[in-house]
Amino acid sequence: MALDLLGQARFWLGYAGDEDKLAFLRDASAFRNALLVEQPNGDYALTTARQFYFDAWHDLVLEKMQYSSDERIAAIAAKARKEVIYHLERSADWVIRLGDGTEESHARMQKALDALWMYTGELFEMDAVDREMLQRGIGPNLAALREPWIEQVRKTLNEATLQIPSGTWMQRGGRQGIHTEKLGYLLAEMQFLQRAYPGARW
Amino acid sequence: MVAASPQVAEVWRWLEQIPDPEIPVLSIVDLGIVRDVEWPDELVITITPTYSGCPAMDVIAADIRSAAQEHGIERLRLETRLSPPWTTDWLSEEARERLHSYGIAPPQLISIANPVRCPHCGSPQTERISQFGSTACKSLYKCLACLEPFDVFKRH
Repeated sequence: MALDLLGQARFWLGYAGDEDKLAFLRDASAFRNALLVEQPNGDYALTTARQFYFDAWHDLVLEKMQYSSDERIAAIAAKARKEVIYHLERSADWVIRLGDGTEESHARMQKALDALWMYTGELFEMDAVDREMLQRGIGPNLAALREPWIEQVRKTLNEATLQIPSGTWMQRGGRQGIHTEKLGYLLAEMQFLQRAYPGARW
Repeated sequence: MVAASPQVAEVWRWLEQIPDPEIPVLSIVDLGIVRDVEWPDELVITITPTYSGCPAMDVIAADIRSAAQEHGIERLRLETRLSPPWTTDWLSEEARERLHSYGIAPPQLISIANPVRCPHCGSPQTERISQFGSTACKSLYKCLACLEPFDVFKRH
């Protein structure tokens, strides 16, 4: 799965510009990723909750983007979607297995879903760029994906005997380059080599 | 002296000799990784990745380049095409049989009427142990008759 995501990221960054520069030489504030995906691995329930929320969203986004008016975007999205269907199946399976497992795994899965819930709001926000992309038929209407996303989450959590979190306060900022401190640690590890030895190749 | 430009058919013939790095019983042509061979004024070979993050793509590209060199071709353009996305439907019947005799159940639509058959003993009494096997493209099964575990190439 990590390999799939890495490959997909390379396709996207390669289309946007110089993939290496974009990955290895940008500072945290230049990244526009959702806060959800920079949350660290840790307790397996937390990792699973993050992946499940993301995979469910990713699947919906790619499903729309494979019909993008931009040929390259449509091609990458169609390719990636075939893989992401599997990702969602996998993470939903784990949510169900842990939720409908022991008392301990149920409690930890619920706690993890509740803890990350506040990062799911910005996934459906539309900024000026998103609106223009939508108008040109290039990007999807993210706001319209919220309902089907909730439906998917509800369906899986029902089966997992878990409660859909009820919190309404949402953390935001990733899309504006305002990140949690977690991104810094990720980038430090990922970018160290290129920062310490600029242009290093092997 | 450079060898005379071989025909496109000749290029396909030597491409068929290049094994897939992860499933060496199949060639990169069997797998449908090679999408196109053209020779307008230089040789252009178009390939597609099986999975986006397939770590074998660099090896495959290097293998194609060195095979081209062995055949006296000095100018080669390698292109990557993503659309239509790679599918196991592109595997030939012959490739499926070779997978089977190699011990990997070939990709198929799995149903009660069409269960996965053990590539070792042929029994349809099999059970899935894990959907995600040794590589992303395979899942792990167990034969309930001969008790051997085996890989199943996922339909993708």
